[in-house]
Amino acid sequence: MANVGTRRGSSWQTATAWLFVAPFLAIFLVFTAIPALVALVYSFTDMGVADIRRPLEVDFTFLDTFARVLTNAGFLKSLGTTGIFIVIGVPLTMAIGLVLALALNSGIRRLRAVYRSAFYLPVITNIVAAAVIWQYAFTLKGPVNTFLAELGLLGPNWLGDPNMAIGTVILLTTWRNVGTCMVLFLAGLQAIPEDVYEAAAIDGASAWRRFLSMTLPLLKPATVLVSVLMTVSYMNIFDEPYLLTKGGPLSATKSVALWVYEQFGHGNIAAAMAGSYVMLAIVVLLGILQLRMLRAWR
Amino acid sequence: MSGKHRLRTALLYAALTLVAVIVLLPFVWVLFGAFKTQGEIMAAPGAWLPQDFSNLANFAELFERRQFGTYMGNSLIVSAFTVASNVLFSSLAGYALAKLPFKGSKLVFGCILAAMMIPYIALFVPQFFIIVQFGLVNTLAGIILPIAVMPIAVFIMRQFADSVPDELLEAARLDGAGEFRIFFGIFLPLVGPAIATVAIITFLNSWNYFLWPLIVAQDQGTYTLPVGLAVASQAARSIDYGLLLAGAIVVLLPVLILFLFLQKYFVRGVAVTGLK
Repeated sequence: MANVGTRRGSSWQTATAWLFVAPFLAIFLVFTAIPALVALVYSFTDMGVADIRRPLEVDFTFLDTFARVLTNAGFLKSLGTTGIFIVIGVPLTMAIGLVLALALNSGIRRLRAVYRSAFYLPVITNIVAAAVIWQYAFTLKGPVNTFLAELGLLGPNWLGDPNMAIGTVILLTTWRNVGTCMVLFLAGLQAIPEDVYEAAAIDGASAWRRFLSMTLPLLKPATVLVSVLMTVSYMNIFDEPYLLTKGGPLSATKSVALWVYEQFGHGNIAAAMAGSYVMLAIVVLLGILQLRMLRAWR
Repeated sequence: MSGKHRLRTALLYAALTLVAVIVLLPFVWVLFGAFKTQGEIMAAPGAWLPQDFSNLANFAELFERRQFGTYMGNSLIVSAFTVASNVLFSSLAGYALAKLPFKGSKLVFGCILAAMMIPYIALFVPQFFIIVQFGLVNTLAGIILPIAVMPIAVFIMRQFADSVPDELLEAARLDGAGEFRIFFGIFLPLVGPAIATVAIITFLNSWNYFLWPLIVAQDQGTYTLPVGLAVASQAARSIDYGLLLAGAIVVLLPVLILFLFLQKYFVRGVAVTGLK
């Protein structure tokens, strides 16, 4: 212990430490830790909205709720939709973020900070405000289609057609997440020492080869972080589809999180909790899988 | 070689500018749209610019008839309390976790890391359940409490606290200073950048907070700005985009102004944690 020999012993220090941690811990336990455990317990019951005020009187039905959720057509469809969001959205967002980071790191000096701020701005943009802007911009006769018409193109029904709606939601989500990827890739790129490139340039390696055989492998830690982060954020996608399309049209953009929210709204509390735990399990599994894959890579 | 290099640089700038324009386009749309009348918005093909930038009718309607003043007051209260409580409690906890070795500190830090991984959607149902038990539904306290201490804030404070030299604190201890005096007199002044980062991140989170206030707030008296705007955008029978875009500007402006002046703290928060 650091202060042996002073007038205070380590038990005094332990008491002080707990006193310092106590306010955080109390609020954290009541509003985060306990709810997380409660959710797990109640997903094994048949809890409905009427039970909220009498939480001790619910019946334990054990795996019934999970079985019902896992065979529910709506839940399975939302799982598939979330899968589409992840499979298209994550690589798209990461690729654009990486390209922007590489461009900003390629030795340009002028306006570098301006570009970085511009690309980062959507990250801090309020999602409700962003969704309102996108709804306006992507309506049938909105600015986007007006612009396309000026080019002589017929703009699609961005939000009304089920397939297009998925694309529009992904576009909005990508717009909001690219800045995060860019900043993290940029931090990764700046951690690569200059002399690595100088050696390669002397060896006469082309820019593309240097990127593939040097930059990319050295960027692995950043890539792991970004891919886990983006997968989790697309897995939990709620705000964008809720605000832009309300999960429609025809449930085409209803993510798992939106399904959980709807079950909660309908009073199917146990189903909502079970659904969110299925999602949590998938998030954890995907996270482990990604770490493994990236460890095996090279 | 030099000519080729210059061409490459020019192309790079052209590409970056094009992407920047596309990324910033929504901000242009909202700025122009908020000053348009319903007639201008509905016109096809619509003009880019509003006819009259001094047309503040949309903003006037928001504050005079749509209670955006109340929403803004609620948002400010929620953000102020969230930032204050996070800064105070996370610096206390971060200091203890980094500088006062005690039994159980590893467990506490482990819980914080685990909590940062839990998707929010897995938490809101049981959180609502707790809020019901406390009788805090439809109150600002009910909105604030679950984010009054964010795990990420403690995480950031602990990382920064780690870099404070032990010798400084030890010298003060030998002089007979108590832990509270060391904390307020020596530690806090040394971790100014950490406090700024935590304040920015928690402000951003609370100002942009949407799903939870949407659930807790049940009437216009407790709506925050994002909830008020979302409800307005979904309730409208014939959607008045000019009005909604003006509302979007009201929601966006405080964050944009802060971003303009405190950029490095915003970006540092992401770099430190990898989280928004």
